[in-house]
Amino acid sequence: MSVEAKKDWPLYEIFIRAKSGLDHKHVGSLHATDAKMALEHARDLYTRRQEGVSIWAVRSSDIVASDPAEADAFFEPARDKVYRHPTFYEIPDEVKTL
Amino acid sequence: MTPHCRYVLRLADTNLVLAQRLGEWVGHAPALEEDLGLANVSLDLMGQARLLLSHAGLLEGRGRGEDELAFLREESEYLNLTLAEQPNGDFGDTIVRQFLFDAWQLGLYECLTRSKDAALAAIAGKGIREATYHLRYSRGWLIRLGDGTPESHARVEGSLARIWPFTNELFDDDEVDRAIAAAGLGPLPSSLKNAWTSRVAEALASATLAQPAPSAFGWYGKQGRHSEHLGYLLAEMQSLHRAHPGATW
Amino acid sequence: MYTQGLDSLGKDCLADEARNGAALESRFQARVDAEEKIEAKDWMPEAYRRTLVRQISQHAHSEIVGMLPEGNWITRAPSLLRKTILIAKVQDEGGHGAYLYSAAETLGVSRSELVDQLLEGRAKYSSIFNYPTPTWADVGAIGWLVDGAAIMNQIPLCRCSYGPYARAMVRICKEESFHQRQGYEIMLRLARGTDGQRAMAQAALDRWWWPSLMMFGPSDNESKHSAQSMRWKIKRFSNDELRQKFVDTTVPQADYLGLKVPDSELRWDDSTQHYHFGPIDWAEFEQVLRGQGPCNRERLEARRRAHEDGQWVREAASAWAAKHEAATAARAA
Repeated sequence: MSVEAKKDWPLYEIFIRAKSGLDHKHVGSLHATDAKMALEHARDLYTRRQEGVSIWAVRSSDIVASDPAEADAFFEPARDKVYRHPTFYEIPDEVKTL
Repeated sequence: MTPHCRYVLRLADTNLVLAQRLGEWVGHAPALEEDLGLANVSLDLMGQARLLLSHAGLLEGRGRGEDELAFLREESEYLNLTLAEQPNGDFGDTIVRQFLFDAWQLGLYECLTRSKDAALAAIAGKGIREATYHLRYSRGWLIRLGDGTPESHARVEGSLARIWPFTNELFDDDEVDRAIAAAGLGPLPSSLKNAWTSRVAEALASATLAQPAPSAFGWYGKQGRHSEHLGYLLAEMQSLHRAHPGATW
Repeated sequence: MYTQGLDSLGKDCLADEARNGAALESRFQARVDAEEKIEAKDWMPEAYRRTLVRQISQHAHSEIVGMLPEGNWITRAPSLLRKTILIAKVQDEGGHGAYLYSAAETLGVSRSELVDQLLEGRAKYSSIFNYPTPTWADVGAIGWLVDGAAIMNQIPLCRCSYGPYARAMVRICKEESFHQRQGYEIMLRLARGTDGQRAMAQAALDRWWWPSLMMFGPSDNESKHSAQSMRWKIKRFSNDELRQKFVDTTVPQADYLGLKVPDSELRWDDSTQHYHFGPIDWAEFEQVLRGQGPCNRERLEARRRAHEDGQWVREAASAWAAKHEAATAARAA
């Protein structure tokens, strides 16, 4: 048996939009050889109970992710910028719709 | 039994027998994902079979329900297409059988939505969506196997040669078919041939497969004259039910 | 994606570990203690990763092998409705295996490695699936008892510390309760049916009761992994706790069926407010785990055959994709 033969089909990450109006959400991964097969497998694996109206399949190797080792530099600076939140501001009650 | 009832029973039995065959694959498919894929087709066909059987039972008017029809009829009373009862063989055999069937069933259902039998039209309407997906699935695999490796090409070429003779029956017009067509209940089988031939030719070309030569041999499963395979299939399917007459499950 | 990330993390990790291994470990434990979820690319102790790979893959293998004892009855189901339900259930089990392999793969192991381990007899899977299903009632008993026991184990795992595993478990648990109900419904019909059906049901209960109790594993004093797994919140309750809960829940269900649990020592204990049950034959459990159960060989043989027979199919699909990659990418765009 050749080494090629023993290799897995490529891994795809699957994102499902459960209902019109919602975002696509990551639900897991599966193996497929091509995009069409990935969609069919995703449909059979993740939408048997009417849990989806739209499927995105992305090759896992195509996903670029932030590195947890850099999480501090990436995400910590947002923490103390509280002035980005509406609750930071005191608006008198008499002023409406602000 | 009226031609109308016989006709519906033919559709029901074909779906039931094919669903039974696909059910045999569960747990043994080439990949986990295909276990799910084949099970999906089986469930869809089983669902259609049950609706059709109930409808046939009503048309018959003898009070027979889906289980009585499924489990207590003998081979000669089964009216499925002989294609459906052919053994699974390897994955290639199964895919070829499925593709040739799906290409036919989709065309049939498209016509049946115009049937004067409202119940049949409704079943066909629902069935079209399922048949569309099945065809996409089986066509995809036919092409991957036909245009995959030299081994897969040789294997599926063999499958095609073995199964092709059973497709004649899909387009044979007999008395029942003519009565149905005259009554506006369904299309003449022969009228479905051109559309089927184009669908099949397109897929075979993409699969780099040649169409086999036409076979002269006829099959008459829809008249209750079956290959040897149906006997074994029914024996397995019916044995437990028959072992406990009158029991409910 | 996940394997790539883990590789790079590995390199930084070793350097870090040399400098402040203890700090990383305690930060990790603090996160776990605070019920934070650990995700695929987060730092984790090597032993945590290994334990998870082992546990998740064993769970996945169990689902896959578990398709066989019930799949056995698809062609012979006694009504079309039962046949339909059974196909759907076994399909679900395959799906569960897929979710779990997917979760295991986030930890840097590939599906083919895991499948090889199973087929070469190097991986364990739940002992319960090495028992035969000689009658239809066994299908009912499996749904009622085996899925019932699985649910007890699985619900706490929805809160497991490892994110991908916890999320897979949530999905699985949603689907699992139909499995148990269909099993119990089968038993109910049998128990209220003909004499032959009732006898079939009782015989199945006799066969599956003790193996179901064994599913929870040996008492925790005997289990070497338990304590650490609890600390890492991979395991949330002890084997004995779950087993007791199972017995307490299931005995009344058996009573309702009018069937007798095959345990002469079984009785309600008012003082503990639990059922007292008899001793488990752990020798049998050990034998089955060692591969000498009634169906171990058949189950693995069936999986090997499916895998080998399917080799040419998988290769064909890969070959076609390679030939058409450019065209496929263009079409998908």
